[in-house]
Amino acid sequence: MKRLIAFCFTFVASVCSQAGDEPIVLNVDCPPGFELSAGHCELRSLYQLYPSLQNAGVGGLKTGLPQWRDGFTPRQTDLGRYLFFDPVLSRDGTVSCATCHAPDLGFSDGLGRSVGIDGAMLSRSAPSLWNVAFLSSFFWDGRANSLEGQMVGPLFDKHEMGSNPQLLLSTLNGIQAYRELFAQAFPADFVDKDASIRLEQVYTAITAFQVTLVSLNSRYDQYAHGYADALTEPEKEGLNIFRSFVARCAECHTPPLFTNQQIAVLGTPEPEGMPFDPGAAVPMNEPSQRGGFKVPSLRNIELTAPYMHSGRFTTLREAVSFYTGGRGHAVPEGEELKIHWHIWEPNLTDAELDRLVDFLKTLTDESFKPETPQRLPSGLQLMHNQVAGAGEFDNGVDDHE
Amino acid sequence: MNKILAAVGALVLLGAGYYLGNANQPEPTVIKVPAPSRGDFASAGASEVAAAAGKVSVRAWETPTSGEVIIVKDGESIQEAVKAAEPGAVIKIMPGTYRETVYVDKDNITLSGVIEQGNYPVMHGEGVRNDAVLYSGNGFTVENLYITKYKGNAIMGQAGNNYIIRNNIIVDTGVYGIFPQLGKNGIVAHNVISGIEDAAIYVGMSDNVDVVYNQVFDSVAGIEIENSRSALVEGNFVYNNTGGILAFITPGLPIKTCGDVIIRNNFVVDNNHENFAIPGSLVSNIPPGTGMLVMACDDVVIEQNIISGNDSVGVLFTDFSLAGNAATDPDADPNPNRPKILNNIMQDNGKNPAPLVRAFLATQLQTRGPDFVDTVGMDDGCILNPERFRTLGLDKYGDCDFANTRTVLTYTLPEPVPPRVNETNMEKGKLAYYGVCAGCHAYGSRMIGPPTQIIQALYMDNPEGIAAYAANPVRKRDDYPEMPPQAHLDEETRLAAAKFMLGLTR
Repeated sequence: MKRLIAFCFTFVASVCSQAGDEPIVLNVDCPPGFELSAGHCELRSLYQLYPSLQNAGVGGLKTGLPQWRDGFTPRQTDLGRYLFFDPVLSRDGTVSCATCHAPDLGFSDGLGRSVGIDGAMLSRSAPSLWNVAFLSSFFWDGRANSLEGQMVGPLFDKHEMGSNPQLLLSTLNGIQAYRELFAQAFPADFVDKDASIRLEQVYTAITAFQVTLVSLNSRYDQYAHGYADALTEPEKEGLNIFRSFVARCAECHTPPLFTNQQIAVLGTPEPEGMPFDPGAAVPMNEPSQRGGFKVPSLRNIELTAPYMHSGRFTTLREAVSFYTGGRGHAVPEGEELKIHWHIWEPNLTDAELDRLVDFLKTLTDESFKPETPQRLPSGLQLMHNQVAGAGEFDNGVDDHE
Repeated sequence: MNKILAAVGALVLLGAGYYLGNANQPEPTVIKVPAPSRGDFASAGASEVAAAAGKVSVRAWETPTSGEVIIVKDGESIQEAVKAAEPGAVIKIMPGTYRETVYVDKDNITLSGVIEQGNYPVMHGEGVRNDAVLYSGNGFTVENLYITKYKGNAIMGQAGNNYIIRNNIIVDTGVYGIFPQLGKNGIVAHNVISGIEDAAIYVGMSDNVDVVYNQVFDSVAGIEIENSRSALVEGNFVYNNTGGILAFITPGLPIKTCGDVIIRNNFVVDNNHENFAIPGSLVSNIPPGTGMLVMACDDVVIEQNIISGNDSVGVLFTDFSLAGNAATDPDADPNPNRPKILNNIMQDNGKNPAPLVRAFLATQLQTRGPDFVDTVGMDDGCILNPERFRTLGLDKYGDCDFANTRTVLTYTLPEPVPPRVNETNMEKGKLAYYGVCAGCHAYGSRMIGPPTQIIQALYMDNPEGIAAYAANPVRKRDDYPEMPPQAHLDEETRLAAAKFMLGLTR
């Protein structure tokens, strides 16, 4: 099957895309959560009612959001949706963005370490894309500072989507349907009929789509906005443990995004047999950040097992248990890490760990999950559902007790 | 572990000795009669707070009350009272013992202990509960409680603004005694706190806070102002802690500045307690015998404090070299910029320095700890009457152009912080419609629920009908799934959203 698609992709992509369908017309409405304002989609959320200290977007229940990205047009957003799901962006037409960021898997992939092109096992876990509109750094090691800057990583990494700028442009420009869609989304750039698709337009469109992946309507949010009955008693207990200064979860996973967007050195273990990942020390060129990773948002965390940067923990329960194991308990011998001061020995009870998991599950909300396209402008088949079940890959957690 | 950290810190401090070349020469004493007049103190942090002019009282605001009073008696639950309370309620807590964690996620709640013949209401953590009081509401007072034996903090705020924490007695509660965080406009006054393994009073990532008239002792850190702006620390009695009063930037936090901190009229005495901090915590680095410590915090004014009997050093200005166990944060400025030392009474400091300080002093061919030391050697600081003190690293400090900070009576705000932002185009009904309803209702096309256009036709001039239906929906149409109830939005919000929905044209 894969080979057939690749064949179609390599030799007759333009023919495949013309398989007798009506031309695709881009949506002129904004996705849920956005107001159409002077032709652009602007974010609207009840959290915009609240201020935040120093406009940092960190605080407690009624705290405003961090700075966000919005302002794209509905057509750019919809074009981004097609591109996001289209494996034509990869070198051989087998991998789309959605391969590792599948909507039904919390915009992650259900794997401890993601699998790229040709079944390549990658070194880290695919971060969820929910609420990326509010983030200021990307990748586990924080090495990109914009969505546009982030996506060139997987697009052109030889083990992820394996493409390169020239190939990507020639592929897209070779597909009549895409030329028409880009002209709809970027009309000013296509006044000249001979204009061709440019990389910046690809990045803009995919960014426009990604920023619509907003999840701010969980039961926790209902509680935060003032509805006390939104959480059960065990879940409220969990919230209080979460924000207590014993567990200290909220010190880094700070509401409303449940991340403070900093790099933290935790000393979590890698899967058996995988060498220690130096993390942010490499892009920051800062030895004291060895083993440092970006604090991930916990929104929709229930959907994105396994956990941590390389997926060592299969369940939320295992993940929260790590924090009561003591400072540095999982650090390999010979590693000297500057472990974050909030990692200590809180001596949480089993019941408290259970309540924490109860609470984390109240952060689930997929009410704005976008629709997966029925068909793709390239004429290729959707690929992400096939890889989602990639059970044959050893993700390294099997050896874990 | 701590010893290793101390050794690392000592090495870094040794390196800092480079800046301290000629610090051992005594300042010449200059006698001026009459004393020169000086200008007024000008503080960036004072721009939005009540200035002295025309104000006769400061910190005069209270948490707004509605007249609702709930009385909690021994054997009852404070949390049950909080659940029942509406914003504006005063919850009076009678003497007795309360074994619970109390959390307040409502605005304008007052928790007020009733003290009879010296008997306080006691909140007892029995060594197993996490925190005694958690609050997040806008407007909160907690007073007159005796809190002991919690694992975490006695009183902890997360983003609550306009808070008053006063007249509490806190004994042996673990990590912090009082910890307001990520809030704006607060008063921490007249509390008595002891036996805390980190900071007795810890103001973290906050703006506009007065910490006044507290008694803090037998703790690792007495009062700590961390990554905060516009903080007044005044009239506190701070003794027998490892370090007395601290103004810090902790690296790696999302709010990365600290500044406009006035520390004045405090008694900072005999802070020589051994360091019993949790390994890995930043305060585990504090040398016993430290009166005050200013790490990376800017525009700190130290004025008219009595600083005596602190065995290592009276006041220490430094950079992140004392936080050697934390990962470097390139986005935080490590220097304690523009330090300002006004008149202070310094006596008997530095007579038995901790090993870390002793090692550092040895590099300066000294054995006794100074009254003031600046390990960075800042060149933008100022000091009044430097000849009165034993100083190290202050060679580049100039004369201050003001003698006191009397223009700043308080750093709290004259009016409470409003609970909502007031921006055009961010009206509640619109935000609820797009932020919640739009998950199922698009204007002209079918989503999970019927299009807004169809709802408009059905309800016309009846937003109340929509608001009521949304709270308790019943299945009306076979071709759509039943609507989930939206009672989580209060009536006002539902009605506003309904009105917005009916007025929508696209």
